[in-house]
Amino acid sequence: MMAQDRSKRNFLRFFSGKQFLIPLAALLALVIFNLIADPEFFRVTLGRNSAGDPVLAGNLISILDNGSELAILAIGMTLVTAASGGQDISAGAVIAICGSALLRVLCGSDLTSGQIQSPIIVAFLVCCLAGMLCGAFNGALVAFFRIQPMVATLILFTAGRSIAAWINNNELPMVADSTFASFGGYIKGVPMPTPFFIALICFAAVWALLRFTSLGLYVQSVGISEKTSRLNGLDPRIVKVGVFVIMGLCCAVAALIKVSRLKTINYSIIAKDIEMDAILAVALGGNPLSGGKFRMSSSILGAYVIQFLTTTLYKFDVQSDALSAYKAAAVIILVVLSSPVVREKLMKLLRSFSEPETAGKQV
Amino acid sequence: MKIKSIHKKRFCDLSDSTVLTMITAAVFVILYVFAMIVFQKGFLKPQTFFNLLNANAALMILSCGMTVVMVAGGIDISVGGVSALVTMCCAVFIDHHGGSFAGAALLALGIGLAFGLVQGFLVAYLEIQPFIITLAGMFFARGMTTIVCEAPFNVQNEDFVRIRETRINVPFLGSVNKNGIFINAYIEIGVIVALLTAAALFFLLKWTRTGRAFYAVGGNRQSALMLGINVKQTVFLSHLICGLLAGIGGFVYFMRVGSGSAANAAGAEMNAIASAIIGGTNLMGGAGNIIGTLLGTLTLALMQNIVSSAGLDQAWWTGITIAVMLCIFLIVQSVLIAVRKKGK
Repeated sequence: MMAQDRSKRNFLRFFSGKQFLIPLAALLALVIFNLIADPEFFRVTLGRNSAGDPVLAGNLISILDNGSELAILAIGMTLVTAASGGQDISAGAVIAICGSALLRVLCGSDLTSGQIQSPIIVAFLVCCLAGMLCGAFNGALVAFFRIQPMVATLILFTAGRSIAAWINNNELPMVADSTFASFGGYIKGVPMPTPFFIALICFAAVWALLRFTSLGLYVQSVGISEKTSRLNGLDPRIVKVGVFVIMGLCCAVAALIKVSRLKTINYSIIAKDIEMDAILAVALGGNPLSGGKFRMSSSILGAYVIQFLTTTLYKFDVQSDALSAYKAAAVIILVVLSSPVVREKLMKLLRSFSEPETAGKQV
Repeated sequence: MKIKSIHKKRFCDLSDSTVLTMITAAVFVILYVFAMIVFQKGFLKPQTFFNLLNANAALMILSCGMTVVMVAGGIDISVGGVSALVTMCCAVFIDHHGGSFAGAALLALGIGLAFGLVQGFLVAYLEIQPFIITLAGMFFARGMTTIVCEAPFNVQNEDFVRIRETRINVPFLGSVNKNGIFINAYIEIGVIVALLTAAALFFLLKWTRTGRAFYAVGGNRQSALMLGINVKQTVFLSHLICGLLAGIGGFVYFMRVGSGSAANAAGAEMNAIASAIIGGTNLMGGAGNIIGTLLGTLTLALMQNIVSSAGLDQAWWTGITIAVMLCIFLIVQSVLIAVRKKGK
């Protein structure tokens, strides 16, 4: 009896809780779909890149490669969502600003020669600073002026790409430096693309941050109840500004990868619609979009699942402009399924299925 | 001392929204006078003012819809995307399928209504955050625009072009051109549509039970529920109206530009939100009015005009100016409300 009861409860919890299952199920569905459609999708080959070095190639590698920026952004977006109960929709624009600042320092006054004028590390620090400033601006609007996060970030969402163009006077600097290119390409002798390793470093950093500091606890408590955390001696404003600054930092790292990939920048196209993907990653990871509890690993897995979806769609010749329609449909389905009202109805339905059985056995 | 206190009380008696609208009206007049003095030639012509209307008729309609949603405590950022979808669908309908003008107008209304219905249902009855749903709606609409037709194109249909280019003269106003001939100022059909829509919404918000319910729900859901207002239905209606107006706005935009393109109405959601906020609509809901929103749209447009008249006509200045203005008004609003709350 007891065991049966417990198993029933576990069965129900299986569908209502267990965040990790949502992205995993989505991933499984995609994998099965691709296996049926074309098993060649999963082939990984050892090819040679343009420089003649041996590198791994294949759809799976490209997912790990191209998904890095998104996964890095998902880290920041998860924290922002958890602490403020809203999302940062300026991510793409902030990436444009950071990338523009990076190139501005890197190229200095000479925009076309392709020679770098200052050390990469200095340029990257300036890029981080730009990202953190943008984050602090968003965070200040949210924390001190109590503006909804999405509306506050709407300001940079519109102005960001314009500011990025303005930083470089709307010119397109080119960089032809092999060291700089390796951030978005390959390091000599390593068969895996570098962005993947940068993403791994970011994951390790955020894991350490959550494991060894009380950041995670603070973020959750502010997200669950601002008033209660204030009564417990925690200033919610500082936490909120903090998460937005971290978000800005994530954007800066993503900008480094993006710019290094392109070796130049296109202000209106770089990282277009990436905020949508990042929000989708957080939602797919089963984190409540209204704030509170979060699970970082789940969001990161969600980000790679989305990249998987993108790659699959590309493979079926879907136009890049039309991609957003499919993804938006995915978001709507996900959000609808995870909404409390629908979930309650589903639970009721499940219960009505399982209850007659147990009642029969009891007799 | 006594006078001061009376004065203070009167200031407090005005609603937040009225104060903000008054500020906007003052800003608009001051900016216009400033522009008249600095850039004399252009801004002294009445036509310049009517051009503001002509160019922003669609935006006015979108902003009015946004105001309704925001008053009811929600937000809708799909309006720009829906407008783009409307322009593309109408263009394809008229040019590729030989559709009529009226048919296209009906199509536009239908698309707007469909978006309003779905989004309203999801937000009101499934209790999903409006921002997420309408963000998805925006991307969906933009994506669909590309799926409907990839390349942007101009509509060549004669009937449509004739209606599109109809100009209505404004009596008694106009300017004398170089040859000494008096030219009447004119407005386009879109402006009439926009003004009629605004008037209808003004009436709805001010004097009907439904309209007052929007304010009640936006101000405090719990008390609205206790007053016996059907909160879910009200939220649903607000999104429905906004969707419908996005359809109308999209069609007016289509009449203005005469082409179907995924890049149409880019950033319109941002401009509409900015207009509503500048006009005194409270982001948290429960306050706002249509007149303020119209003034907000005009102020925004005037600001852009001034920026380009000042020779800063590189594309990026527009984006930056709007953002800065929005930022300032948001902060003013937030501070003002905080101060007045303390005062009470």
